[in-house]
Amino acid sequence: MAEILLDVRGLTHRYAMTSSRSVTALDGVSFQIRHGEIFGLVGQSGSGKSTAARCIMNLLRPTGGDLHYKGVDLLDPKQRRENRRMLQTTRQLIFQDSASSLNPRMTLADIITEPMVINSVKPPRGSMRAEAEFQAAKVGLSPSCLDRRPPELSGGQRQRAAIARALCMEPELLIADEPVASLDVSVQAQILNLFRHFQTEHGFSLLFIAHDLSAVHWLCDRVGVLFHGLLVESAPTTELFENPLHPCTRALLSSVPLPDPRRERQRRLERFDTDTLPAAETLREVSPEHFVLKED
Amino acid sequence: MPLLEVIDLSVSFDTPGGELQAVRDVSFSLDAGEILAIVGESGCGKSVLCKAVTRLLPDTARIKSGSVVIDGLSLSSMPERKVQKLRGQLFSMVFQDPMSALNPSLSIGAQIAEAVRVHAPCMKRSEVRERVLELLSLVGIDRAADMYKLYPHNLSGGQRQRVVTAVALASGPRLLFADEPTTALDAGLQTQILDLLRDIRQRLGTSTVLISHDLGAVARAADRGAVMYAGKIVETGTTEEIFYDPRHPYTWSLLLSLPSRAERGRKLHSISGTPPTLIDPPSGDAFAPRNPWALEIDYEQSPPMFRVTDTHFAATWLLDPRAPKITPPIGGNDRG
Ligand SMILES: Nc1ncnc2c1ncn2[C@@H]1O[C@H](COP(=O)(O)OP(=O)(O)OP(=O)(O)O)[C@@H](O)[C@H]1O
Ligand SMILES: Nc1ncnc2c1ncn2[C@@H]1O[C@H](COP(=O)(O)OP(=O)(O)OP(=O)(O)O)[C@@H](O)[C@H]1O
Ligand SMILES: [Mg+2]
Ligand SMILES: [Mg+2]
Repeated sequence: MAEILLDVRGLTHRYAMTSSRSVTALDGVSFQIRHGEIFGLVGQSGSGKSTAARCIMNLLRPTGGDLHYKGVDLLDPKQRRENRRMLQTTRQLIFQDSASSLNPRMTLADIITEPMVINSVKPPRGSMRAEAEFQAAKVGLSPSCLDRRPPELSGGQRQRAAIARALCMEPELLIADEPVASLDVSVQAQILNLFRHFQTEHGFSLLFIAHDLSAVHWLCDRVGVLFHGLLVESAPTTELFENPLHPCTRALLSSVPLPDPRRERQRRLERFDTDTLPAAETLREVSPEHFVLKED
Repeated sequence: MPLLEVIDLSVSFDTPGGELQAVRDVSFSLDAGEILAIVGESGCGKSVLCKAVTRLLPDTARIKSGSVVIDGLSLSSMPERKVQKLRGQLFSMVFQDPMSALNPSLSIGAQIAEAVRVHAPCMKRSEVRERVLELLSLVGIDRAADMYKLYPHNLSGGQRQRVVTAVALASGPRLLFADEPTTALDAGLQTQILDLLRDIRQRLGTSTVLISHDLGAVARAADRGAVMYAGKIVETGTTEEIFYDPRHPYTWSLLLSLPSRAERGRKLHSISGTPPTLIDPPSGDAFAPRNPWALEIDYEQSPPMFRVTDTHFAATWLLDPRAPKITPPIGGNDRG
């Protein structure tokens, strides 16, 4: 089995709201991503997915837990300083709100190649411009977009610029927070094929955060399910979809809208009652690599 | 009389590279209490179309032609001051980009309350608060009383998106433009928001123009669909007609690209070739270079809207009586 690239153990984060009140966004979450593996992280809105992404990228200091990437302790400032360049070049993030996180004053060409400029990476295709055009084509952006700035583009065009920007560094680990939700299904398919290509050709690893479970099913090797900051279940993809054990996972899987008007309109919304969750639970391995939270 | 009527609308931007034709000769109408979904390739002009109708385009945009009539009022010729009065009451918009639609320095409760007062200026403070809490729970935000005081940056992506929807609904509009209102939501919440749109249609007669890339969402919520490509509407029909009997090759390609149709481990279908250029678009059908079923005439002359049924129209030369008969790769029947 391949080596572990990212090791997340007991990750906990509380957002302090006032001196007396805080929101627990992550509560002891553990998972590992191996070299060349695509790990899907799913869960309801507000379950802590983006918080986990921000912690792994060192944009947020977690309240507790351990984070190791390529053997480097991500929470130790000294180790981080010593490995600064490696961390900046091999680990990339596509923000959930990437469309609004792009610098509105830069042209798209400059946005895409900015990480290469900052890290003085020599453009493999000769010039930065050629590099921008090459990356843009890969995500289906026409060259005529490259001289425009983010406010002059559509939502999906900005999103693709954010993807191209992350991919131009050829990262070893990509954290992608809802990378394809704002794209039409054909461009979506193109990007998902591209991720798969990067995995098989370059052995890159991906943490894929998404709501679209059919995309998760198609792309991911393993999937973890978050619920109110707890990892309630994780398993190889086929196993999870065929044999979901935790009620949260079942509720999540049963509510996928189908592109079929007659069947879709007959489907009732299933409400998942959180009060039925037993209080004390531990993660148990029920079959190889299939973990689920169970009552003690 | 339809609630909304858009006739021959064309919108362009002057860019350094030339005139970019974002919306080209678009016409459609919407009855009171109807939900129309607009789907189409990223960058094909959906958001620009909605902003043109609601008069929210940036200064760099130019409306070249066309008229917009909402509830008998001609919006295109109305002075800005009057449009502002109608905004909120008659129509409102859920923007695609939640972060830029919210004020970062105002609590979300205050922002929704502001919109409630547009509709009911004389409402008592306590009543406004009640209404805000009700709106928050309608869009699936639990512990609404705690969330009231939070700022946009305290929220997750999906929570922000739902607050934007609550703001748009707060003023009780008769016509709602919802640009990708469910992209950041999990399937359960997505269903809840779509059912909310259907519910206000049922109870209050609210009409909605729903823009979405999610064909499952369209299937659930919409009565009718319009498919756009390169600034034009290329197919319209009832939701059933679009899903079960699509006629335009672009619609076929879209439905074929769904990941739910693909096997794990197999490549996903995506439309080959590069997206069309909206600067100097070709004279023929803009989809022709990427269309495996393109006819010679597609490269020369752009197809008119052909009638399939009284509710179903598509702009493809394949519907011309002289065109060769082909078997569509998808649909082609009305399976029940
Ligand atoms: N800056 C913040 N301050 C306070 N609370 C926050 C902050 N950011 C997030 N939260 C809260 O933490 C919880 C987890 O948020 P997070 O953004 O990680 O969710 P998510 O799983 O990414 O959701 P979504 O699918 O909606 O994007 C939410 O309840 C949210 O309200
Ligand atoms: N301010 C602007 N200046 C120049 N071009 C613009 C401007 N706004 C939009 N465009 C261009 O107009 C076209 C239509 O944009 P629009 O935002 O309507 O696309 P869309 O269909 O909403 O796409 P998406 O699904 O990606 O949001 C795009 O090609 C875009 O690049
Ligand atoms: Mg998030
Ligand atoms: Mg848009």
